[in-house]
Amino acid sequence: MPHLELDNVSASYGALRVLDGISLSVDRGETLGLIGPSGSGKSTVLRVLTGLLKPEAGVVRIAGKPVNLGNAAEVRALRDRAAIVFQQYNLFQNLTVLENVMIAPTKVRGRKPSEVRPEAMRLLEKVGLADKLQSYPDQLSGGQQQRVAIARSLCLKPDILLLDEVTAALDPELVSEVLDTIRELAQEGMTMLIVSHEMGFIREISARVAFMADGKVVELGSPTEIFDNPQMERTNDFVSKILRH
Amino acid sequence: MGDLFREIWQMATYYNLLFLAQGAVTTIALSAFGCILGGLFGTLLAVARLTDGAMTWPLRMLALIFTEFFRRVPFLVTLFLCFFAFQFAGLDVSTLTVGCVTVVLIGTAFLAEIVRAGLQSVHPNQWHAATTMNFSLLQTIRYVILPQAWTVILPPAFGFFILFIKDSALASQIGVVELTYVGKTFSNKGFSAAASFGVILVIYFMLSYPLSRFGAKLEKKLAPSRTR
Repeated sequence: MPHLELDNVSASYGALRVLDGISLSVDRGETLGLIGPSGSGKSTVLRVLTGLLKPEAGVVRIAGKPVNLGNAAEVRALRDRAAIVFQQYNLFQNLTVLENVMIAPTKVRGRKPSEVRPEAMRLLEKVGLADKLQSYPDQLSGGQQQRVAIARSLCLKPDILLLDEVTAALDPELVSEVLDTIRELAQEGMTMLIVSHEMGFIREISARVAFMADGKVVELGSPTEIFDNPQMERTNDFVSKILRH
Repeated sequence: MGDLFREIWQMATYYNLLFLAQGAVTTIALSAFGCILGGLFGTLLAVARLTDGAMTWPLRMLALIFTEFFRRVPFLVTLFLCFFAFQFAGLDVSTLTVGCVTVVLIGTAFLAEIVRAGLQSVHPNQWHAATTMNFSLLQTIRYVILPQAWTVILPPAFGFFILFIKDSALASQIGVVELTYVGKTFSNKGFSAAASFGVILVIYFMLSYPLSRFGAKLEKKLAPSRTR
């Protein structure tokens, strides 16, 4: 049974249809890479999975159980299980690194700060930021902020991690430090859905890769199938263009 | 100049000082009512306007209509509207009560707009991050948005407070004994306009200057890290 499943999901921004009957599944502990041109609907998939956009049709299932995305309680339960890391980090600018990581578990989940603090510190140590606990986000580099964002998501103990182009806003020399962190999570068996333009990384880390265009999954297969032997012309065009650069 | 000071000295009788104190206290009370209750209700209206979904649509519309109406109607007109509304309703209330209700209505409308603009000045990605971590609307505003919005809210809010102290002078038009009313009374008693309103002017300044200094201090204290 897939850990996370989208079944025939359609979603729009006003009159613009962004997802057109998309079906995807991610198994427990699997990393699925989502690639495609800009505007293909990759990030929208993640917005639907975090309840930021309500789909018009289709079903989202977690561990086989359908989630009613029109029901606030079910959306909250979904968000408890699936955490997202954004392209722009979205750290709370008014809080320190440690406070950013601790705030949701303490204020939203109601856990004791004394209990959350060691976990938050361990996670920040894991992402290599143990010396930045009292820094504010604007005192950190992009790569450091992104690692704080990953630690913040992990402190919520999610089953599923959704990564939305987490290296797109980073300088090239900062990309590797974030990718190392994600690589480690994949090895630990975290279920992950990764939207990225880092084709080399997607190829290395994903068990399967889905190529999206115009709100549809055009092709789904192993990294070798998608990158070396694509069956669809659209996939071939995209991959050959990307690999040429 | 010497004559002016002599005249002010003559003005400083026990009764006149008491009358002046009464005017000053009323001006402070009116302004405080308008700023504190207006700030409180204004924040509620601002939050109401930031809700989404069909359920809260009537609330949003109500907040919008209230804000737009009372920001457009002049203070004096609102004052008379309240004055006659109480009369029409058959309620026998003091002119001070009418003044207080008016300042709260005006304060709420203006501060709602200032707070709304401040809350919306915070980048949408901060709202998204909080939403995806299951923060409620109030938790998002309290822990994430408001601390970042202070720098945008405080300067116009304190500017408005100071303007408000001066606008409360219009309450004298319906007979509320506040500072301007006291100045007019002194003038009617035979003191020169320069002496009567000169004293009032100094007291208005003494009320508003510390407030603007306090606003600047608060702004610095509550500023987010990037401006620290």
